[in-house]
Amino acid sequence: MSEHSAQVAHQFDDATQQYEASTLGMWAFLITEIMFFGGLFAGFFVYILGHAAAFAEGSRHLDLALGTVNTLVLLGSSLTMALAVRGAQRGDRRGQVLFLVLTIILGVAFLGIKGLEYAHKFEQHLVPGPLFRMEGPHAQSAQLFFSFYFAMTGVHALHMIVGVGLLAWLLVNALRGRYSAEYFTPVEVSGLYWHFVDVVWIFLFPTLYLVARHV
Amino acid sequence: MSDAPHEPRQHYLNCDYSVRSWLLTTDHKRIGILYLVSISAFFVLGGVMAGLLRLELLTPHGDLVQAETYNKFFTMHGITMIFFFLIPSIPAVLGNFLVPIMIGARDLAFPKINLLSWYVYTLGAAFTVVAMVTGGVDTGWTFYTPYSSTYANTNVILTALGVFITGFSSILTGLNFVVTIHKMRAPGLTWFRLPLFIWAHYATALIMLLGTPVVAITILLVALERGLGIGIFDPAIGGDPVLFQHLFWFYSHPAVYIMILPSMGVMSELVACFSRKRVFGYAFVAGSSMAIAVLGFLVWGHHMFVSSQSMYAGIIFSLLSFLVAIPSAVKVFNWTATMYKGSISLQTPMLYAFGFVGLFTIGGLTGLFLATLAVDVHVHDTYFVVAHFHYIMVGGAIMGFLGGLHFWWPKITGRMYPDAWGRLAAVILFVGFNMTFFPQFVLGFLGMPRRYHVYPPEFQMLNVLSTAGAVILGLGYVLPALYLAWSIFKGKPAGDNPWGATGLEWHTPSPPPTFNFEQTPVVREEAYAYDSQLEGHRV
Repeated sequence: MSEHSAQVAHQFDDATQQYEASTLGMWAFLITEIMFFGGLFAGFFVYILGHAAAFAEGSRHLDLALGTVNTLVLLGSSLTMALAVRGAQRGDRRGQVLFLVLTIILGVAFLGIKGLEYAHKFEQHLVPGPLFRMEGPHAQSAQLFFSFYFAMTGVHALHMIVGVGLLAWLLVNALRGRYSAEYFTPVEVSGLYWHFVDVVWIFLFPTLYLVARHV
Repeated sequence: MSDAPHEPRQHYLNCDYSVRSWLLTTDHKRIGILYLVSISAFFVLGGVMAGLLRLELLTPHGDLVQAETYNKFFTMHGITMIFFFLIPSIPAVLGNFLVPIMIGARDLAFPKINLLSWYVYTLGAAFTVVAMVTGGVDTGWTFYTPYSSTYANTNVILTALGVFITGFSSILTGLNFVVTIHKMRAPGLTWFRLPLFIWAHYATALIMLLGTPVVAITILLVALERGLGIGIFDPAIGGDPVLFQHLFWFYSHPAVYIMILPSMGVMSELVACFSRKRVFGYAFVAGSSMAIAVLGFLVWGHHMFVSSQSMYAGIIFSLLSFLVAIPSAVKVFNWTATMYKGSISLQTPMLYAFGFVGLFTIGGLTGLFLATLAVDVHVHDTYFVVAHFHYIMVGGAIMGFLGGLHFWWPKITGRMYPDAWGRLAAVILFVGFNMTFFPQFVLGFLGMPRRYHVYPPEFQMLNVLSTAGAVILGLGYVLPALYLAWSIFKGKPAGDNPWGATGLEWHTPSPPPTFNFEQTPVVREEAYAYDSQLEGHRV
């Protein structure tokens, strides 16, 4: 059995094997996440064919300005996350802490803006169910659009919340100085997750706010 | 190998006896045993339901239970057996135990995630059990909308959440296997030296990773539709219940391969060991596992020939379904060719292997009948379908599971069970199984629909036969439970390699030490080198 440093778990031979296994594990997990969201996207695109006008009507009720701001916020958070990973790889503790804090702030800001949008939808009676109210000829099927809107952005927001939790955990460990140029796997792996959640939004935003509006 | 039993060797079972050490273990072998206990409990539960179903069907009238109760029984039988027994059965028990040992690793890549998967399974199981105890669910295991989302007055949400949660335990197991097989193989263990059991589990793990999330989101949407009115499948607002069927079967057809592929992996090990031969066409058998995994994702529409699915889609799905027969037949032919001129010994595991070949062949061929568009219209939703998938899931998957359990039992426990009893149970199971399910092919072809608690009196004879078979089948399941439990305490010590098998798991003591090997093994030859064993050593 080879020499085991404290950060290499017992089942691995060395740090390289551990690093490779962890990143492969996260990539495999992200593939399952693609399938998870893929089911929703598939359903959405099947329905948009049959209910184009209703989906366009529903999409016009979304707040494009807030959606755009949120997209920028999330893109910014991916930048700060990448910088946090770089900080960890260089063993730069101040950089890690600074950029993790910034990423958390941007993540929470995204969730706040999303919450604001949800609140508006509640006030405008655009939540599917018995209280749904909408003018126009497509009111019935527009509920379908909002069902997808809430299911997709809701599941995405859930992933954001998990992501913020992960970042908080990284921050605690970074403050304790656990990550170094030799051992930064958790930061990098969590970074992969964060970027993935960002990419999902990069697909959600045009699908819900832009494409549906114009079909 | 030492013949000094008076100094007990430390191994994974006797290193710590406390309950805490079991519940917090990260040892893949102990987690495998935790799973074995859990799935056995669910097997008993599902088996009791099946017994009640067969009892009701003894007579043409509904004299044991009401129609509504019967609906709940077959639903809970299906949910229990599929999600809580069959899907985790071989991967989570034998796979967990053997994958790291077979590739010469100390553990899976993520031991804590492995333990987490068992807790996730248990949580999902708790949801489902609560749902069953507080009134049950009657949608069928398929949760078809709009019945499940709008009309059913039973515990759909709770059960759906249970299935949803349990799905993640399957994803976590699959994730662990993929990473472990990629990154943790012992020196010299190249991909084409891997035991076929590992190839089968690799293919299974890919399906778990790619399929399970789709059914997870689908079931979640049903729960959301019932609970919050997020009505994606609701026809009242323009939603499409058939979309539910597409999404559901996109997972649930590949899920059949989650159940059968690991069994096929077990089969390759058994056939090679008890024929004393290298598996014929190793690379083809390995490749056929991957082919089944890939093709399995392209055939879901054959469950929907009589839905509103386009006829042209039906033709494509029919064709693709026929293609699955090719890799399946490659396996059956190659096992048979392995046995050809082998020096076959008829010990208990090999009897299960024989049973598997016969039953899987019948199940697979009747699958081709069902993949044929016109025939399917005739037998759709009849007992023909019920018989077909029981031949695959019970005749195939469970036979493989029991065969594997008997094969590796000496490794897992360090004890040998009485082989005569084992062989007797295997024969009883084979007879009981055929008696239970073969009449159902006939019943279905004659037009008896599934999921009804009453039937016309002319079907009674075959139903009585089927119920009588179920009694024999039940006896066949009770026997192994008894003698295997007995063997834990009274069985004679098995030794490291009671079958004279190849494979790394037989090169470590029985039961294995906590970290599996004293030293990381180095692999210098291909799998199943039984020929060189014949030349070199005494068998």
